[in-house]
Amino acid sequence: MTHHVHPVKMYVSVFLALIAMTATTVIVAEIDLGALNVVMALSIAIVKALLVVLFFMHVKDSSRLIQLFVVAGFFWMAIMFGLTFNDYLTRSWTMLGHWWTSN
Amino acid sequence: MATETHVIAHGPELRHHFEQPEQQYESATLGMWVFLATEIMFFGGLFAAYTIYRTAYPDAFASSSQYMDVIIGGFNTAVLICSSLTMALGVRSAQLGQRKPLILFLIATMLLGCVFLGIKGYEYHHKWVEHLVPGFNWNYPIPQYSHHAQILFFLYFVMTGMHAVHMIIGEGILLTLVVMAYRGRFTERYFTPVEITGLYWHFVDIVWIFLFPMLYLIGKHKLL
Repeated sequence: MTHHVHPVKMYVSVFLALIAMTATTVIVAEIDLGALNVVMALSIAIVKALLVVLFFMHVKDSSRLIQLFVVAGFFWMAIMFGLTFNDYLTRSWTMLGHWWTSN
Repeated sequence: MATETHVIAHGPELRHHFEQPEQQYESATLGMWVFLATEIMFFGGLFAAYTIYRTAYPDAFASSSQYMDVIIGGFNTAVLICSSLTMALGVRSAQLGQRKPLILFLIATMLLGCVFLGIKGYEYHHKWVEHLVPGFNWNYPIPQYSHHAQILFFLYFVMTGMHAVHMIIGEGILLTLVVMAYRGRFTERYFTPVEITGLYWHFVDIVWIFLFPMLYLIGKHKLL
């Protein structure tokens, strides 16, 4: 079976990038950016996850079929988040007020 | 029997229902990703619940965030990233058919996993001492947030607890791989179990990559 074996350097580079981003996210969290803190924390987490998926999990070199399944997994999660949040997080927009303070 | 025989040069690891090792490898990898898709939905549900309650009770959330130790959480994140590196290098050794480095990298991954779980255990112990375990040992210093903070700590324990359960299962699988590698079961032509265990281990790492900012970082400043 033939597999493209990546050099150790690639894995170490990804590792160093992940450590650097962990340090960055901890430092950024100390600064008060208001709502941007959440955006920054999640953006860095998404980039880190992407690095792990593409390089450590070899999805970059995987077949199209496997790539499709990977994307489908996250796509279905996005559907779950989208439908759940457009209910819970928008209830306060109606005249009924917050669902969590009604009792 | 004078039937036509179908001969392909391959090792004993090729199961009879697959035509070539590549197909077997591809099937196993695809199957693992299908399982991981269910895991994404499982943890996704927990993240959704957490987001909803956090938005519902921002004040209680802000008050509970001060009990999360960023130094410990950050250190554990680094430990887990190190374990992902050793796992990835283990898979690489397996691809090259290097038995000894494979065993060493797998053991290193297990040890780093144990360090993570040990630190997590220390954190849980600390929560217990501070009476921050919902249902069992709960005494919140700010009475008006007590009820809502309990929901958030409950989610903290469920999310990190389920993550830890996955780590413990991963340790068991890694131990199995070490034994298999020791017995010489893997070659450069057959290392599928190492590769898909790697997928599992990296996925558990990704869950923590999101748990760390959500539980430890974003509560430091008020959202709204």
